[in-house]
Amino acid sequence: MTTSARPQAAPPRRRARPDRKAWRFLGPFLAVYLFAMILPIFYALYQSMLKVERSGPMGFGEPTVVFAGFENYSLALQQTSFLEGFGRVFLFGIVQVPVMLVLALVLALLLDQVSNRWAGLMRAAYFLPYGIPGVIATILWGFLYVPGISPVNDMLSTFGFQPDFLGYDNVLWSLANIVVWEFAGYNMLIIVAQLKSIPQELYEAAKIDGAGPWQTALRIKIPLVRPALILTCVFSIIGTMQLFAEPLVLKKIAPAVTNDYTPNLSAYFDAFANANVYMAAAKSVLLAVAAMVLSFGFLSLVNRKQRSRR
Amino acid sequence: MNATAAPATRPDTAPPDPATGTRPARRRRVPRPGRILLVAVLTLAALYFLLPVYWLVVAATKSNDSLYGSFGLWFDAPQLLHNLGKVFTYNDHIYLRWALNSLLYAGVGAVLATLLSAAAGFALAKYQFRGREAVFKFVLAGVLLPSTALALPLYLMFSKIGLTNSYWGVLIPSIVSPFGVYLCRIYAESAVPDTVLEAARVDGAGEERIFFTLVLRIMSPALVTVFLFQFVHIWNNYFLPLVMLSEDRKYPITLGLVTWKEAADRFPELTQYTIGGAFVSVVPLAFAMLVLQRYWRTGLTEGSVKE
Repeated sequence: MTTSARPQAAPPRRRARPDRKAWRFLGPFLAVYLFAMILPIFYALYQSMLKVERSGPMGFGEPTVVFAGFENYSLALQQTSFLEGFGRVFLFGIVQVPVMLVLALVLALLLDQVSNRWAGLMRAAYFLPYGIPGVIATILWGFLYVPGISPVNDMLSTFGFQPDFLGYDNVLWSLANIVVWEFAGYNMLIIVAQLKSIPQELYEAAKIDGAGPWQTALRIKIPLVRPALILTCVFSIIGTMQLFAEPLVLKKIAPAVTNDYTPNLSAYFDAFANANVYMAAAKSVLLAVAAMVLSFGFLSLVNRKQRSRR
Repeated sequence: MNATAAPATRPDTAPPDPATGTRPARRRRVPRPGRILLVAVLTLAALYFLLPVYWLVVAATKSNDSLYGSFGLWFDAPQLLHNLGKVFTYNDHIYLRWALNSLLYAGVGAVLATLLSAAAGFALAKYQFRGREAVFKFVLAGVLLPSTALALPLYLMFSKIGLTNSYWGVLIPSIVSPFGVYLCRIYAESAVPDTVLEAARVDGAGEERIFFTLVLRIMSPALVTVFLFQFVHIWNNYFLPLVMLSEDRKYPITLGLVTWKEAADRFPELTQYTIGGAFVSVVPLAFAMLVLQRYWRTGLTEGSVKE
């Protein structure tokens, strides 16, 4: 962080007293943070180690909740459909995240080249989908995917195409399109903010050295927006792992989307359709761990690359 | 910080004259054919992002029959007001109820989240105390916590203590924004001068008073950003209200519209109501996005340059 690196003047003695009040300002946030973000994790960990056992012959007796150790985890990890959900989300992410970020980067760089008035309007148009809830976005795109009501299908069929956006092979990419549509503008905005923070002198220097717009973009802008790209990439990885609302809504019109289509859906249906909250808790924990491992893994990967380059 | 002020000096309408080499160096020119291509690509992208919204505007004016019977991207016997009247009155004005709920969850939630973040961010930026950096790291870890994966554990916990199916069940988790704390700390560090705090203390103002009268005002640009992001975050959140709420009168718009959409198999008129309801919820947000545009870009990546 640039700001904290600044050498701070030695605090005057008088400040020793007010500093103790810091906890009063921190208190309310920390209390809710602990209660609504940290505690649930531990509660989920606890729940994930329980199971229901039915006593008596044939398992018809009273159900009792007993300690199960890691049984739920091993059962979840043996469940092929759950693992396939992870695989699907992984495949989705490998394609969708780069496509979205490249689009966001290209749009940000292009916007940097046009006059301010235009750029403002365009930026608003690209950013608009971010304000539309994922489920509503999915409802809208759903209408654009269903033959009979979709103008897209109408237009394509006049050219002889009969695309099946909701078919077994395509639905994952139709889903990817929705997510790209929702978040490309948001990511673009983060990159734009970083572009604006590049000092003008760098451009002037590049111009004197004879760099054209292409070279300026490749040699100056892209390397300097790297932190923004890393930030957006981490957010996108976390977002992709949690894929939930979009497939849940699409499920109604696309039979290819199963209850275990994504890990998050699988956990949800375990809790609410199969009434197995303990398994759902185990799956939530696995999902959170996977998301953390992937995002931290990605961060350490880019950091190591950065270090070895120096 | 003020991103709108800087580019305004860039001349928009300067003629492409080679003699303008002495112009302010801000202007970066692109050769003519490249320029046409540039505008074409940008326009194409805009069409892509606006297509579903445009379709929604057109579809909201149609009857249920012409929704299927006419070309989707052009009007056919518009009856927008008639449609909207139906949306609002259907099932004892339930849509109005959902809209108010959405505003309540997102509005109250975002205000409280902003206040908590401002106080915490200010404390982390302007006080020296033991464990400060540890607390900050602990809060930052929350940014990386997948919030949707957290909704189910939250539900399990809240159902134990009887908070499910209540407004609190959705509101309490919504007022935590680790990202907001991060943003507020960064902003307070650079924008709130120590000398002002010292002067206020010498004048005998208490810490709380300093915070509420001085600091909040100085931090207001960052607070608007935190508020907007949290508002949209709560407004868009689906998983949390879905697991928490069971009674449809407590639903936000998102949940309500999905129930309509799913019931449209049995009640075909609900297809049009879903579209009308989506239209009503999207239009004010689109407008707000345009008007509040400049607040969306301030400070989001500030301090993220931390390699």
